Amino acid sequence: MAKNHRKVVVLPCSGIGKVFGALAREISYELIEKVRPGVAVTTCLPLLVIRDPGAVALVTENPVITIDGCPKDCAKKSVQALGKEPEKTYEALKFYTAHKDLKPEGVAEVNETGRKLAAVAAEEVAQEVDRLATEGRK
Amino acid sequence: MDIQVMKVGVVSCSGEEIPEGTLCRLACRKVLDERPGETVTICLPLFIAGGEEERTFARNYPTITVDGCDKRCATRATEMLSGRPSKSLSVPEILQKHGLKAPTKLRHFGPEEETAVRAVAEEIARAVDEVLEED
Repeated sequence: MAKNHRKVVVLPCSGIGKVFGALAREISYELIEKVRPGVAVTTCLPLLVIRDPGAVALVTENPVITIDGCPKDCAKKSVQALGKEPEKTYEALKFYTAHKDLKPEGVAEVNETGRKLAAVAAEEVAQEVDRLATEGRK
Repeated sequence: MDIQVMKVGVVSCSGEEIPEGTLCRLACRKVLDERPGETVTICLPLFIAGGEEERTFARNYPTITVDGCDKRCATRATEMLSGRPSKSLSVPEILQKHGLKAPTKLRHFGPEEETAVRAVAEEIARAVDEVLEED
């Protein structure tokens, strides 16, 4: 059994205008609800914008994975604005380019194919969650 | 002759951690889709992650903030980083007003949650009308 087991914070893009924002959110929920519940957790990105103490502590005291939906990289930059570099960053688009047979559609929520892509992507991100959850604190 | 059509900015809580956040973004999206000529939005974290153009959003558009919980991130972030919103809506208050229960899941909303999405969207659309009338 892994030692030094800790939470890994997964922060998706909060966009409501593009399919890859919705995909980022779906991947995060897949991780926290199904693939790595109890280990992968999330918080509201806007809580970091207003510097909510609880959310800031969660992000600064645990390893963080960001999943952004567009090149503006809001999730990554929101973490960097706290003086912390995310341990791992993803762009949701790249999960699609790696799995071209699963084209996501939808804006606020992805369609069934998008959910399948999110499930595949979550399994890939889970490897990183496992690594970060078990490696010693820096 | 060019006619300047004013748009209303809608800033939504994204609330990744709470079902009301999902409700918020779906309701805002519905209004944005149904009122494309009159509404515009911005991703809340862009107030930090974006540039000057994003930070002046609430000075460029009369803005309605829609919050999913009493932390009021959308309203507070807009006030702090962009400008004073014209109106601030609260999803819990809207649900209470309509006698609706808060959703209990984070994703994959269905017919059960659709009533709440519609109710919140209607309140946002009403606020859009009021702002447009005021200006």
